[in-house]
Amino acid sequence: MNVSNLNIYPLGDQALTLQLSDQIDASVNQQVMHIFHHLQNHPIKAVTDIIPAYSSITIVYDLAQIGLQHRFSSSFEWIKATIIQHIESINASKLIGRHIKIPACYDVSLGLDLIELAQHNQLSVEEVIHKHTSQTYQVYMIGFLPGFPYMAAVDPSIQMNRRAVPRQIVPKGSVGIAGAQTGIYPLDSPGGWQIIGQIPLNLFDISKENPCLLSPGDRVEFYTVSLEEFWEIRKAITA
Amino acid sequence: MSIVIIKPGLFSTIQDEGRKGFQHLGINPNGAMDIRAMQMANTLVLNDVSEAVLEFYFPAPVLQFTQPAFIALGGADFSAETNGTDIPINQPVFIPANTIIQFTSKKWGQVGYLSVQGGFDLSEWLNSYSTNVKAAAGGFEGNILKAGDTIDLRFNASNKTTNKEYSTMPWKASSKEFYHSNPLQFIPGNEFAKLTETSQTLLLSAEFSILRQSDRMGYRLNGPALELSEKKEIISTAVTKGTIQLLPNGQCIVLMADHQTTGGYPRIGHIISADLPTLAQKGINDSIYFTTTTIEQAEKLFIGQEQHLHLLTNACKLQLDAYHRH
Repeated sequence: MNVSNLNIYPLGDQALTLQLSDQIDASVNQQVMHIFHHLQNHPIKAVTDIIPAYSSITIVYDLAQIGLQHRFSSSFEWIKATIIQHIESINASKLIGRHIKIPACYDVSLGLDLIELAQHNQLSVEEVIHKHTSQTYQVYMIGFLPGFPYMAAVDPSIQMNRRAVPRQIVPKGSVGIAGAQTGIYPLDSPGGWQIIGQIPLNLFDISKENPCLLSPGDRVEFYTVSLEEFWEIRKAITA
Repeated sequence: MSIVIIKPGLFSTIQDEGRKGFQHLGINPNGAMDIRAMQMANTLVLNDVSEAVLEFYFPAPVLQFTQPAFIALGGADFSAETNGTDIPINQPVFIPANTIIQFTSKKWGQVGYLSVQGGFDLSEWLNSYSTNVKAAAGGFEGNILKAGDTIDLRFNASNKTTNKEYSTMPWKASSKEFYHSNPLQFIPGNEFAKLTETSQTLLLSAEFSILRQSDRMGYRLNGPALELSEKKEIISTAVTKGTIQLLPNGQCIVLMADHQTTGGYPRIGHIISADLPTLAQKGINDSIYFTTTTIEQAEKLFIGQEQHLHLLTNACKLQLDAYHRH
């Protein structure tokens, strides 16, 4: 992978960020995911976290574990050089990430802003649902809450900005839209995204070894389930 | 065979060095606000430096030990006492069964730690004992401590010592190495250069104070409003403990242990790791000044603290050996 356009800067004294671009772009994010997967599969001494975001990736390291690196003026310079070496060896040609289908119920009792979003875009509720389920979204990053996926890109005809006043509580599982992004709330939480439906699955489950359903780089497709099916699935999960 | 929480205190949790390796899933690291105080409290009782400890603010909890224990208090000094006897901080003490510990007044600092030799008998969540209140996981039942909570201890100190009464061990540590007064040093963030010249000067000279809305997630500061020379939207990226973010109203927030993993506000600086204990021990209305430093200097100060901790660990081992031979 070509690293000439990379902007690498320290994020404090125990982390550094590699910025690939200053735009939200699917192909840039795919490059981020290639770096993410490569670094996960080729562990570097003292690195504790690798955090991909839209167009950047951050490497967190434990300064206490690095020790003196005689050829470098600082641990930062050593880790920077090590990471550049790794990135140069990456072949970023193939598409990576899992393809996951998630059931979602778009009943207006769960899609709290569905009618308003349809009116805002001068579409019927059915058209909004059809457009939201016809797209495959890329998980650009996970943040804000444990397991909260920032996914894009939402069809321009069903986009809407965040609510002017955030809700005190958005129920867990709620599917929201914020501009070109779509996301799912893993927990009951305050939030400002326009809620159009809810998934019956647990996006975040602390009893599981891997507590999050989605990972950065996954590709997600929603399919509709009725309110009845929604409750059946949810009951089966909690039982 | 445990600690019983008689009164919970303001915000008492179980913490260790933090949860590492899960930030890509939005799971924040948590961990002790003052890592050095936590490590030192562990070292004093010969625990591994990363063992889980009890973290508390003032008003602090009232605790009852149902078994003898070898403990140490670190970080803030909240005038601990048992039965009218003062318990020193940064000095290990032996406490007999049924000891009740309470904290009577705030002498210094904001966040205190209690370590117990052998640690607490809890289960890890994602390789850490730190409490993640938002996820309701880790620590003790994933929550702040409540009255009546009973935390089991792994180790019963009565087997290890002949003491039957409260006693202080004949060694203590100095925490001076970990704290200093103003200014706090930061490494300029990626958006520092985007501040107007006036704002850059203000950040390096003005007085800031800590607002009441501060908590384990972040310290909100009150100071002169800072401005960017260009109002360009920033795409969300990872943030870290110590990151100074500029909020839309021109005020700053310094992210602390419970920070979110990503953020979209301009990052004007990052407080160096060596200065985070000093910041963690500052409280509401305390004043803060900032100065910039280099990554080389930040690393040097951090390694200096590591070495101090290492020396302390060795000294404590020698002291304990000598004590047992005595």
